Amino acid sequence: MADLYSGRKRSNAIWTTLAYGATALGLSMLVIILATLLWNGFGGLSLDVFTKNTAPPGVVGGLLNSIVGSIITTAIGLAIGAPLGILAGTYLAEYGRSDRLAVVVRFINDILLSAPSIVVGLFIYELLVVPVGHFSALAGGVALAVLGAPIMVRTTEDMLNLVPDTLREAASALGMPRSLVIRHIAYKAVRSGIITGILLAIARMTGETAPLIFTALGNSLFTLDPRGPMSSLPLIIYEFARSPYAEQQKLAWTGALILTFAVLALSITARALSAQTQQK
Amino acid sequence: MSNETSAPRPAKAPSASKDKVVIRGLDFFYGQSKALKDVTLSLYEGQVTAFIGPSGCGKSTLLRVLNRMYDLYPGQRAEGEVLLDGENILAKDLDLNLLRSRVGMVFQKPTPFPMTIYDNIAFGVRLYEKLPKSEMDARVESSLKRTALWGEVKDKLNANGLSLSGGQQQRLCIARTVAIAPEVILFDEPTSALDPISTAKIEELLDELSGEYTIAIVTHNMQQAARVSHYTAFMYLGEMVEFNETNAVFTSPRDKRTQDYVTGRFG
Repeated sequence: MADLYSGRKRSNAIWTTLAYGATALGLSMLVIILATLLWNGFGGLSLDVFTKNTAPPGVVGGLLNSIVGSIITTAIGLAIGAPLGILAGTYLAEYGRSDRLAVVVRFINDILLSAPSIVVGLFIYELLVVPVGHFSALAGGVALAVLGAPIMVRTTEDMLNLVPDTLREAASALGMPRSLVIRHIAYKAVRSGIITGILLAIARMTGETAPLIFTALGNSLFTLDPRGPMSSLPLIIYEFARSPYAEQQKLAWTGALILTFAVLALSITARALSAQTQQK
Repeated sequence: MSNETSAPRPAKAPSASKDKVVIRGLDFFYGQSKALKDVTLSLYEGQVTAFIGPSGCGKSTLLRVLNRMYDLYPGQRAEGEVLLDGENILAKDLDLNLLRSRVGMVFQKPTPFPMTIYDNIAFGVRLYEKLPKSEMDARVESSLKRTALWGEVKDKLNANGLSLSGGQQQRLCIARTVAIAPEVILFDEPTSALDPISTAKIEELLDELSGEYTIAIVTHNMQQAARVSHYTAFMYLGEMVEFNETNAVFTSPRDKRTQDYVTGRFG
């Protein structure tokens, strides 16, 4: 018995050490990435970055057109993806449940969740760029919507599944029509969870490069017109990071810093909100 | 719990009571399995009827037929006749929301909505009536008074309904049901999740509400059935074994199974 016990203690010690080691490794990667970004990018932060457009080598430039472009393409993606995602998630949780259609939709959504973003970019390229004849921010936004919607479908469904059926029954028992039960009771009960899903989708869409290469293309000029090509942070990082000019490389680091911290801030907000939901 | 109230109270003579709900030859199915077999009984107007029986006997199922709650779930169906004031509520084209505004329900677990105490009550009222603010305030107040909750919450009507204690939440749910002025109220084990003091308050409330409302209550607690009801239905394995005045069911049951159950020999 003593042998059995000491053996168990030994293997416990080994596995605990391995678990701590793996955690430390993962965390140190994150710290190294953030530290490298700060080290290389922080020096480049200046007012110019936010007020000037990207410029050819030798001219002092900024990232204004890319930041605005990122916001516009993400907003287009959100405007298309959020209603689709939330409504589809609502269908799955409230109406479909275990219907055959719901099972199929859920399966397809799971595939879309892990679809390679470059494939999505190519798909939208064939659908919205080739027929029109030129690249556009609109096509970029649609590509981002295809990537963002499945996240919102999943989180909306998961959140609505947390609403106990007894609450739905209680609302129905007052003679409340189904649509009102969903809008006023179910959504309300898990509102912060659904918002969390939206924030996570925004974070994902903001960081995507591949789907924009074939769609929004990029643009060295400032533009607000979604019908034409538009710059965005991931695209400019991709372009400038490969540039032979030091000042462009520096701007790429700064852009990466801004992008990473924007996504980090969204993720932290999402975590804080979802912690709030679970407390209730 | 105090024992003074545990003696069955005398019910009005059946002949003096008007049928509010008449259930005739009711069968109920969960998919293939039959949960109610040829159930027949009546709920008398203004009286409290208790459904008792061991777990799985079908008493909650029977209750959920009376407001068609089972309709929310595919695969559940009822056959037979359930008449509310002579109208068959099992009819396919019946407006379920209107039915449920006439037949209210209070559940085992308190289910306040995730909104303020005031809105918990006003929400249901707004579904069917457009009241000016002052009248709505009055309706909220009278409903909360009806359920003896007003004194405890009148200073925090804007607090979240979920912030109340379990017993208060349950009285809020009853207030919410009373506010839309139903004719029948169904109680599905309303006190099984509550402490003895809250239970006593709910039982007092049932007593006050009877007369004005026709009440059906499912309970696991035989003393509770004896305390609060005028009529008692004993169910077993989906069958209505015995239905009579509460006094008679508990003191001189006609069926051997009823006798075994009420004397605690099984269940």
